[in-house]
Amino acid sequence: MNWPNWEAFWAMGGYGLYVWGSVGAVLLFIVAELVGLALSRRALLDDIRHDIRSESHRTP
Amino acid sequence: MSVIGSTFWQYASPQRAYALSARLLPLLFAVALVLTVAGLYVGFFIAPTDHQQGEAYRIIFVHVPAAWLSMLIYLAMAFWAVLGWVFNTRLSSLMARALAPTGAAFTFLALWTGALWGKPTWGTWWVWDARLTSELILLFLYIGFMALQSAIDDPRRGDKAGALLALVGVVNIPIIYFSVKWWNTLHQGASISFKAAPTMASTMLWGMLLCALGLWAYAIAVSLWRLRTLVLERERDAQWVAHLPELQTQEAHA
Repeated sequence: MNWPNWEAFWAMGGYGLYVWGSVGAVLLFIVAELVGLALSRRALLDDIRHDIRSESHRTP
Repeated sequence: MSVIGSTFWQYASPQRAYALSARLLPLLFAVALVLTVAGLYVGFFIAPTDHQQGEAYRIIFVHVPAAWLSMLIYLAMAFWAVLGWVFNTRLSSLMARALAPTGAAFTFLALWTGALWGKPTWGTWWVWDARLTSELILLFLYIGFMALQSAIDDPRRGDKAGALLALVGVVNIPIIYFSVKWWNTLHQGASISFKAAPTMASTMLWGMLLCALGLWAYAIAVSLWRLRTLVLERERDAQWVAHLPELQTQEAHA
């Protein structure tokens, strides 16, 4: 184990801002990418459903 | 293409890819999560402090995987784009489109984490040296690829124009990779060489490799997931799309 306590872990020997700024950015991008994809997929499915419904109204 | 068209290429149909990717995705995301968490655990809790850089070196566990993936995803993107151009397979071109945003994200992250590593170790966020500049050009190539394709309304014309840009841009990849050898740069040489033994502690190496494999699995998973949306978008008028179970009820959001 490298760290005597959590403060030492977050401090990263004085480089906390650089280390966590790096790891945090990667995690942030991953979360943003996944949420963005989920939202756009949902919007697209809603849109196609809407198309299918209006199609079936026109040609019953 | 018509001779083998009905046998081999049927596996490249958007409909089959849509169904197959649904089965692969949970496994790929699980592998990505396990490997990345294991890599970060080894990197932060087992790998020792570097005697020169202190704890700042731990940026390596995200920086090197991001930088590798930025190049690897570009090669994959160019491969699929050119394949879709030459063999006229729509799915290949969609795969290239699906890879681009993730590749651009990893390129940005390689630059971002590099800047955060450069400041405490070199004393500067940025230098216009060969490695950093060619990586920045890679980011512009990704952005150019996406912008070009979204600017062309006819999807197949967009696919082809993108393929040409991606192919020309491949020349940048060896420039990035070998830049630290060809020019005297501030950036250090390769951490891993195919010819020599690694120059770092084995726990550092293992943490880095696990993170790289985990993020690689993530890149494949998220690109396949994006591919599913692109396939639906492109094929929205096709019969098979209308029959998808996730489109049958208002409530279903699978």
